Amino acid sequence: MDISIIIFLLGGLFLGWSLGANDAANVFGTAVGTRMVRFKTAAIVCSIFVILGAIISGSGTTETLGKLGAINALPGAFAACVAAGLSVYLMTKAGLPVSTTQAIVGAIVGWNLYTGSDTNIRVLITILGTWVLCPVIAGVIAMGFFTITKKYLLRRKLHILRLDAYTRTALLLAGAFGAYSLGANNIANVMGVFVPISPFTDVSISNFFVFSSKEQLFLLGGLAIAVGVFTYSKKVMFTVGNDLLKMSPVAAFIVVISHSIVLFLFASQGISNFLQSINLPSIPLVPVSSSQAVVGAVIGIGLLKGGKEVQWSVAGRITIGWFALPVIAALISMILLFILSNIFNLTVSF
Amino acid sequence: MFGLNKSSLFSDTKKLEREIDGFVDILSEVGLVFKSIVPTYLNHSANGKFEEMVEKVKEMESKADKITKEVEHTLYEETLIPDARSDVLRLLEHMDELIGMYQGNCYHFSIQKPDFPKEFHQDLIELTETVVNCVEALCLTVRSFFRDIKTVRDNAHKVTFYEKESDIKFSSLARRIFDSEMPLDQKMHLRYFVEKIDRICDQAEDIADEVQIYAIKRSV
Repeated sequence: MDISIIIFLLGGLFLGWSLGANDAANVFGTAVGTRMVRFKTAAIVCSIFVILGAIISGSGTTETLGKLGAINALPGAFAACVAAGLSVYLMTKAGLPVSTTQAIVGAIVGWNLYTGSDTNIRVLITILGTWVLCPVIAGVIAMGFFTITKKYLLRRKLHILRLDAYTRTALLLAGAFGAYSLGANNIANVMGVFVPISPFTDVSISNFFVFSSKEQLFLLGGLAIAVGVFTYSKKVMFTVGNDLLKMSPVAAFIVVISHSIVLFLFASQGISNFLQSINLPSIPLVPVSSSQAVVGAVIGIGLLKGGKEVQWSVAGRITIGWFALPVIAALISMILLFILSNIFNLTVSF
Repeated sequence: MFGLNKSSLFSDTKKLEREIDGFVDILSEVGLVFKSIVPTYLNHSANGKFEEMVEKVKEMESKADKITKEVEHTLYEETLIPDARSDVLRLLEHMDELIGMYQGNCYHFSIQKPDFPKEFHQDLIELTETVVNCVEALCLTVRSFFRDIKTVRDNAHKVTFYEKESDIKFSSLARRIFDSEMPLDQKMHLRYFVEKIDRICDQAEDIADEVQIYAIKRSV
C-alpha cells in the first residue's frame, strides 16, 4: 500500500481516536466515574462492542453521509477528517459540547463547496433535523424509562445491596449496547469519507465469508476508537462521572440506555426497514451525537424531577454548537483543501 | 470475566444483606433484653438473672462489633454501593453506639447499683419501655432505608414521637426524684441513671434524622 494512503488514512484514524477518547465517556463515564464498573472492564467491553457495531451495523449511516457528498479523492477525505478533528478540538477548548458528527457533515459540505460538487439539500435537511430530534427523543425515552423504573423499584422493594448488584450488571449491559450503537452510528464519521475511495480490496475466506473493503475500513476505524478508549478516555470518564452528571447509579443507567437506544435507532437498517414495511415513515440512518443524546436524557430526567437539575446553559450551548461547529468545520475544510491543492499540488477531487 | 464475577457479586450481596439484617436484629434484641433487665434489677430477689442478662447484652454487643467490621471490610474490598457506602457505614457505626449505650447502662446498673425507691419503679419501667419502643421504631426505619425508602419517613416519625414521650417521662420522673425526701447525693445518682436511659432516645432520633437524609439521597 502506498505510504501516502496510510498518511491520508491517519486523518480518519485521528478522528476515530478522539471519538473513542471522548464518546466512550458517554457510554461508560457514569459507571466508571461512580466506580460501579472498573475502567479496565469498561474499556474492554466498550472496545469489543464498538468494533462489532461498526462492522455489523455501520453501513446505514455511512450511506447517508455518502449521499451528502461523495468525496472521491484521498487528499480530499484527509482534509475533511482533519478539518472535522480540528474544529472539534477548537470547540471543545471553547467549552462547547460538540460532536464529530456535526464536524464531519460541515467538512463534507465544505468539500462540496470547494470542489463545486452538489450538496443534497434534502439529505442535509434530514441530517439537521435528526440533530434536533436526537436529544429530544433521548429525553423522552429517559423520561419514560425513569417513570417506569421508579415505579418498579418502589414496588419491588429491593435491598440496597441487591439493587446495587443489579445496577452494576445493567450498566455493563447498557454500556455494551451503547458501545455497539456508538460504533454502528458514528463509524461513518470516522471512516465514511474513505468508503468511496477505499484502498482495501475484498478478502474472501474459503469462499464462505467475504470481508469487504468497507468492513476492513470499519475495523480499522473501530480499532482507532478502541485505542482512543484505552489511551485517553479514563480521564474523561471520571470527569463525566463525577462532575457533569451527579445522579444515582440507577438514573445513570437510564441515561446510558436512552442514549444507546437513540444511537441504535438512527443506525439500525432493520428497524428502518420494518417501519417502512408497515407503511410508517422510516427512521433516517444518520450519525448523531452521543454527547447530545446524553445531555437530552439528563434534561429529560431533570424535567421529571421538577426542572431544578436541568442544565439549561448546556442546552443553550448545544444549540450554538448546532450552528457554529458545521460552519467552522466547513471553513477549515475549505482552507485545508486550498492548501493541499495549491501548495502541495494534490488532487482533492476528480 | 472482566473483573466482574457475577456469581461472586450476587453471593457477596446476599451475605452482606444477611449480615446487615442480623445487625439490626441484634439492636432490636438488645432493646428487648434491656426492657426486661430494668424490672429484673429493680426486683432485687432475681439478681443472678440480672447478671446473666448483662452478660447476654455483652455477647450481643461483641457480635454486632464483629458484623460492623465485616460489613465495612466487604463494602470497601468489593467496592459495593459506592454512592451510599459511607452513609451505610456511618449508620451502622451509630447504631453500634446505640448498642453500646444499652450495654453501658447495664454495666452502670451492675457496678453502681443505684437504689431506686419502690415509688419510682413503675415510672422507670415505663421510661425504659418508651426508650425501647423508640429504638424498635428506629430498627423499622433502618430496615425501610435498606428495602423500602417510601416508608422511611413514616417510621422515622414514630421515632420522633417516642423520643418526645421519653422526654416527658424523663422530666416527670426527674422532677419527682428531686421533689422527694431523699438525700441530694441519691437524687443526683438516680437522675444520672434516668438521664442516661433517656439519652438512648436522643441518639435514636439523631440516627432517624440521618436515615431520612440518606433516603433522600438514595431516591432514584
